[in-house]
Amino acid sequence: MAKHSLRRLLGLIPTLLLLLTVAFFLIRVAPGGPFDAEKALPPEIQANLNAKYHLDESLLQQYFRYLGQVVSLDFGPSYQYKDWTVNELIAQGFPVSLTVGLTAIVLAFFVGTMLGIAAALRQNSTVDYSLMGFAMLGISIPNFVIAPILILLLAVYAGWLPAGGWDWGVPSMVLPIVTLALPAIAYIARITRGSMIEVLHSNFIRTARAKGLSESIVIRRHALRPALLPVISYLGPAIAGMISGSVVIERIFSIPGLGSYFVQGALNRDYTLVMGVVIFYGVLILVLNFLVDLLYAWLNPKIRYDQKR
Amino acid sequence: MTKNAEQQLVDPFEAALGVSDVKGRSPWEDAWHRLLKNRAAVYSAFIMGFMVLLVVFGPMLISWESDFTDWDYTSSPPSLESGHWFGTDAVGRDILVRTLEGGRISLLVGLVATIVSLVIGVSYGATAGYFGGTADRMMMRVVDIIYALPFMFLMILLMVVFGRHILLIFVAIGAVNWLDMARIVRGQTLSLKNTEFVEAARACGVQDWAIIRRHIVPNLLGVVIVYVTLTIPQVILIESFLSFLGLGVQEPMSSWGALVSDGAQDMESAPWTLIVPSVFLTVTLYCFNYIGDGLRDALDPKDRL
Repeated sequence: MAKHSLRRLLGLIPTLLLLLTVAFFLIRVAPGGPFDAEKALPPEIQANLNAKYHLDESLLQQYFRYLGQVVSLDFGPSYQYKDWTVNELIAQGFPVSLTVGLTAIVLAFFVGTMLGIAAALRQNSTVDYSLMGFAMLGISIPNFVIAPILILLLAVYAGWLPAGGWDWGVPSMVLPIVTLALPAIAYIARITRGSMIEVLHSNFIRTARAKGLSESIVIRRHALRPALLPVISYLGPAIAGMISGSVVIERIFSIPGLGSYFVQGALNRDYTLVMGVVIFYGVLILVLNFLVDLLYAWLNPKIRYDQKR
Repeated sequence: MTKNAEQQLVDPFEAALGVSDVKGRSPWEDAWHRLLKNRAAVYSAFIMGFMVLLVVFGPMLISWESDFTDWDYTSSPPSLESGHWFGTDAVGRDILVRTLEGGRISLLVGLVATIVSLVIGVSYGATAGYFGGTADRMMMRVVDIIYALPFMFLMILLMVVFGRHILLIFVAIGAVNWLDMARIVRGQTLSLKNTEFVEAARACGVQDWAIIRRHIVPNLLGVVIVYVTLTIPQVILIESFLSFLGLGVQEPMSSWGALVSDGAQDMESAPWTLIVPSVFLTVTLYCFNYIGDGLRDALDPKDRL
């Protein structure tokens, strides 16, 4: 297990390096520098600025300088937010995004699996069909459509919840978290239903039933764990989806999270900020995927990486 | 053996079984029948066909131009009298015609980007699977590495750096989506290359590339069709997502994502500007997902999800 984990962890390095390289060179080939102004700056000032941000060095030198910076966890100064470093911006935005994302994924996991199990136990009934119909709807409606519609209904017309903003209070969290969780709930419900149905047809469940165990014990003790395995392996993509979904959600609900900074930075051509966020989120997604893999291996007795076949 | 001689051989069996002229059914026919039994998929296919016709021909039938600003009716609600059946936006442009024209872009992006990913994915996957060994390991390792990249973010980066050109959107989305296709195709190819007919072809001295082209790729069709129908909605969704953030297609061109974004701006005063494009987008994605599901059940009768 430990050996396998280590190998997987080392395997992340080429991906990270590729991410960093692509991001770096994409931005360097971009037409126009960060200090292009309407009025041309005097050459001395331009030279000074270039020297300050090391833009006067060769591209390769700059690349390795940036690489070194990132390894020491320093993403440099923001080009647009004066007096802010990218690190400070990330430190400010990330807790908000983390709160929304973490709650949404936990919510999605519990609600999704419960709905999926409910549908599987009543396979081909009206309950099953309507639940799966709703799940398909949840997959098909993009969250940037659901969010404004929920705002319109629950905030503007009914006035129950705030339409946007963020004050660390529960009412301001409800809509963003629910909208972010909905597609994941739908996917997880479909996956759980499918795998639960498959598991319920397997031999060991027939054995458990033949022993005379009650249906609820059969499900909780015997069927649940294998049925949840595909859900666990879906958590990786789900997390990645939520992180990119949060970009839209934060914009719609005007939440001061990392996603808002990212979009703002993208629209303002704040290159260092955009790169910082891309790399930060890239690392986050890779590490979380790695943890999900470990969890999967730990829960699934069929996978024992260290055994010799 | 001539047709007649064949028939003579079969006749006694048919007589014994009490049937006449048994007609065989190909796997494709079987799949077709299974598909027709799936009502959700059939209805979705009809709705989708109607949607495509509407989007392609609708704008020609409506008397409004998509960029015509009707100052007498700015932000006017849907009504038959004004001639704006689905209302107008804040500058008096007809919502219906804008939505239909936006649909052209959205569907076009869906189609073209899917074709891009199809071509790259199938050729890459089939090559890796067929040659196997070190080449396969290297090629799939590359896929694994790229797969782990946070694509949505790189795509946004790409849009920021190179500006928002529609061609770039096609290529960028297509270039991202081929990974899944490559993996699926490779898996399928691995099992195909050990079949007798491929062996026979090789024994006849057919070149590797000809085997891939003539024998492997046609047999991948089933999986690929399913995957294509599931990729189209994904691609439409990605494009809408980018357009919603203001990074997709540019004015005066529009797409459903951009329209939803515009609508969300003034939904309090004019909710129809949000609802009309949202409904078109959602119905399209819903139908594609159901068609894809139906095809998967039909072409792969194993009890999948």
